Amino acid sequence: MSDTTAGSEPAVQATQIAEGVRHGTLRAVDVLDDHLARIDAREDEIHAFNLVLAHLARERAAEVDAIVAGGGDPGILAGVPVALKDNMCTRGIPTTCSSRILGDWKPPYDATVVTRLREAGAVVIGKTNLDEFAMGSSTENSAFGPTRNPHDTTRVPGGSSGGSAAAVAAGFASVSLGSDTGGSIRQPAALCGTVGVKPTYGAVSRLGLIAFGSSLDQIGPFAHSVDDAALTLEAISGHDPGDSTSIERPPLDLRSKLQMGAAGLRVGRITDLPTGASPDVQARLDEAFDALAAAGAEIVDVAVPAFGYGLTAYYLIAPAEASSNLARFDGVRFGSRTSAPDTNQMYMATRTDGFGAEVKRRIMLGTYALSAGYQEAYYGRAQRVRRLIADDFASAYAKADVLLTPASPTVAFEIGDKSSDPLAMYLCDTYTIPSNLSGDPAMSVPFGSGDGGLPVGVQVLAPALQDHTMFRVAAELERYMQDQQQQGSGS
Amino acid sequence: MTGQPMYVNDDGYFPSNDEHERWEHRGYEMVVGLEVHVELATQTKLFSASPNRFGDEPNTNIDPVTLGLPGALPVLNRQAVELAMRLGLALNCRVQKSTFARKNYFYPDMPKAYQISQYDEPINADGWLDLPDGFRVGIERGHLEEDTGKSTHVGGPGGRIHGSDYSLIDFNRAGVPLVEIVSRPDIRHPEQAKAYVSELRAILVAVGASDAKMEEGSMRVDANVSVRKPGADFNTRCEIKNVNSVRSVGRAIEYEAKRQIALHEAGEPVVQQTRHWDENDGKTHTLRSKEDADDYRYFLEPDLVTVDPGPEWIERVRASLPPLPAARRATLAEASGEPANSDAVLLVVERDQDEYVLRAGTQGGDVALALKHVKEAPDLSTVVPASSLATLTSMELSGAVTATQAKTVVEAMIAGDHERDPEAIAAALGFEAMDTSELESMVDAAIADQPDAWEKFCAGEGKAMGALVGAVMKASKGQADGKAVTALLNQKKN
Repeated sequence: MSDTTAGSEPAVQATQIAEGVRHGTLRAVDVLDDHLARIDAREDEIHAFNLVLAHLARERAAEVDAIVAGGGDPGILAGVPVALKDNMCTRGIPTTCSSRILGDWKPPYDATVVTRLREAGAVVIGKTNLDEFAMGSSTENSAFGPTRNPHDTTRVPGGSSGGSAAAVAAGFASVSLGSDTGGSIRQPAALCGTVGVKPTYGAVSRLGLIAFGSSLDQIGPFAHSVDDAALTLEAISGHDPGDSTSIERPPLDLRSKLQMGAAGLRVGRITDLPTGASPDVQARLDEAFDALAAAGAEIVDVAVPAFGYGLTAYYLIAPAEASSNLARFDGVRFGSRTSAPDTNQMYMATRTDGFGAEVKRRIMLGTYALSAGYQEAYYGRAQRVRRLIADDFASAYAKADVLLTPASPTVAFEIGDKSSDPLAMYLCDTYTIPSNLSGDPAMSVPFGSGDGGLPVGVQVLAPALQDHTMFRVAAELERYMQDQQQQGSGS
Repeated sequence: MTGQPMYVNDDGYFPSNDEHERWEHRGYEMVVGLEVHVELATQTKLFSASPNRFGDEPNTNIDPVTLGLPGALPVLNRQAVELAMRLGLALNCRVQKSTFARKNYFYPDMPKAYQISQYDEPINADGWLDLPDGFRVGIERGHLEEDTGKSTHVGGPGGRIHGSDYSLIDFNRAGVPLVEIVSRPDIRHPEQAKAYVSELRAILVAVGASDAKMEEGSMRVDANVSVRKPGADFNTRCEIKNVNSVRSVGRAIEYEAKRQIALHEAGEPVVQQTRHWDENDGKTHTLRSKEDADDYRYFLEPDLVTVDPGPEWIERVRASLPPLPAARRATLAEASGEPANSDAVLLVVERDQDEYVLRAGTQGGDVALALKHVKEAPDLSTVVPASSLATLTSMELSGAVTATQAKTVVEAMIAGDHERDPEAIAAALGFEAMDTSELESMVDAAIADQPDAWEKFCAGEGKAMGALVGAVMKASKGQADGKAVTALLNQKKN
């Protein structure tokens, strides 16, 4: 397994931690201390976290060790330090969405994923930074300041789950959870050199995830390895009656498929993929096709004509849903309130003070897209494009088991590079958005480096509920890259 | 309503409604459609497990979904869907695959700043409701939605939010399941509107969908009113809110129709607006105009999935429906010989006493007489066994007691005398059947005493009979049966 940690100390894989803790060869408290030490060393520089829960994590780690000492099994993530994107509700612990508007609000309940992590024996180590309400691709839109890329702190970690990506890349957490509405897991995973997965829509419960675009949002893991990502996803997936859009299926079965290889699989190359990937990224993608072909996969050309319309449709649908989802932040029942002489002025003052510029931009975009007289031209049309994209993917998947694209058009860019140009920022998600619109799974796998020695991620896409096939291919790409690195270090 | 075609269903029923009484004022008729919100009688809320209960301490029946807390998600209440189906089927609606939408607007008692409501695909569509007199009102839809919280504005004028010092919000009602039943604009008379609300209420209670208490707000009526010259196109309408009783429904729409007629006659436009009915001054007042109406930005609720009950569930619900008030009135009318829209039949069915009356019939009693007694003495059904009522009607029919005596016996039975045994009561009161010869001699005596009256009676002057019967009643100290006397008189005449 590759060492994707940027820094001197080698990271410990979640699979190894859990194995060690469950068998009593590792203590959860020691694992935690290793991670807290790395946080102490570099967090000031990186700013991956909004909140580090050192004390609670120690209590929890000791609890996990006590279960093992008593002959019990804490679960498949026993003792694994996990960081949570700060848009997932944690009971009694501030949950901010990196926005001022939530104030010091403490949710009275845990998100389903948080409950499942605990049931699996994981140790929540902190809440990570994000673009405010998950709107952005660089984690620069946080009310609490940007997160920096552990590989080069002058650069962004990607976003919106930049804190979760950086936390894993810097060895602050063994795995972390992010949310992906248009690429918010896969793009930062690519930029930080970690594995990042957006599973099939409905595979992981959204209950307790503070919504951005409800029909697109999906929670998934960041991890050092494909195996770790599979383990984490197995722990958090499966039907939740508390989320009506949750698929009525047992947890995903992924790890049993990882060794199956890519032989016999049809890997699709999208012939009409939107251009814009930089040459270094394109070179890595080509290498990935070659690697899979060498592993016995059949490379097939497929067309997904509507792929290129994804970005436009997304920037109508996601803001439309967001404009409604974020309306509840009105200063009446929770969060911050700016006083004013009457209710309407209080709403305006609270929201003017509480939301950042990008959030306001998207609320206005979405409100406009849904307005009487414009709804059909904007939101309605975008929904038809969404169906078209799903149909085009379905046709492509009749010919190919998985598709391969870049996860991000470029490697990590400089902080401040795109923050004044929203359209340039939106283009970061060109390759990731279509899977959110179709509800299909997609993941980014670290695949060597590009310009400046910065990480490049290759995106593997699969049809809905074929997450395990996607993981098979990702595991194959990971094995190839490990072999390359071993040969490199051997020569 | 404006610009919409007049509704005629497949049976072409509408023209027959023209035969019904019409309200008219200065050559105008009213065109009224009603939107009725009813709270469903579920255990829990529409999208969460908090109790659906009226009258509890404020803000005790709440949870993250009710409060619209970040991260909370709605889960549809199956019982609410079933109750909505029950009332839809009772209103002859098509129960169909349906979806939920978000209706977006800001108000402090609307926790999420959107209401989850069915919009373009309601669960119930295209039904009708027949009023007791046979007038049919079309039902456009009956859709599920969640209720809002309740605001109390303290200080300032008139309990409105504007100008108040502060507001208190109770979220107990937020998320309570509602069905909004939207009628077609078929109503043409204040009495029809009242009858519609009463009949709808009776149906809701009968199928167990709601307790439909207007005074507690579990049934709320909004009226869309316009006026026009009969046969002309629809005119601009106004929506009347705050109509809190059946009586107010009639008063409010009549006031509003007359207000609009006055505007038409003065050549002034009727402005489309929402108006507030004031029970105290008996007038409607402007609440807001169309210009400042919200743009609700409806879109499909992404947190919920399509509700498709499917034929099996629909048929199971249909089979479980109890007889509806109209059918019960028909049964009672048939058994008693009284018209289905007679006061007696309407009242007794409304009071849920029809089954009791019919039971008296099956236990050997006379249904018409039982109906008459129950109508006049509502307490009968709660304290007197149907068999005793049956016995009394038989005694009355055989002439053992007169109609007047029977009333006295009813009172005694309700009071609990003689173990509510009608025969024992009659005996104790000395109500004995007069034997026919005794009665006949009294009749003969009356004829002999009033030859003029007898002559006139024989000549066909009905009025003369009163004097003769009266004399017999007097002689018998009220114990004679009026009907038997009349029969004897007629016999003798021939």
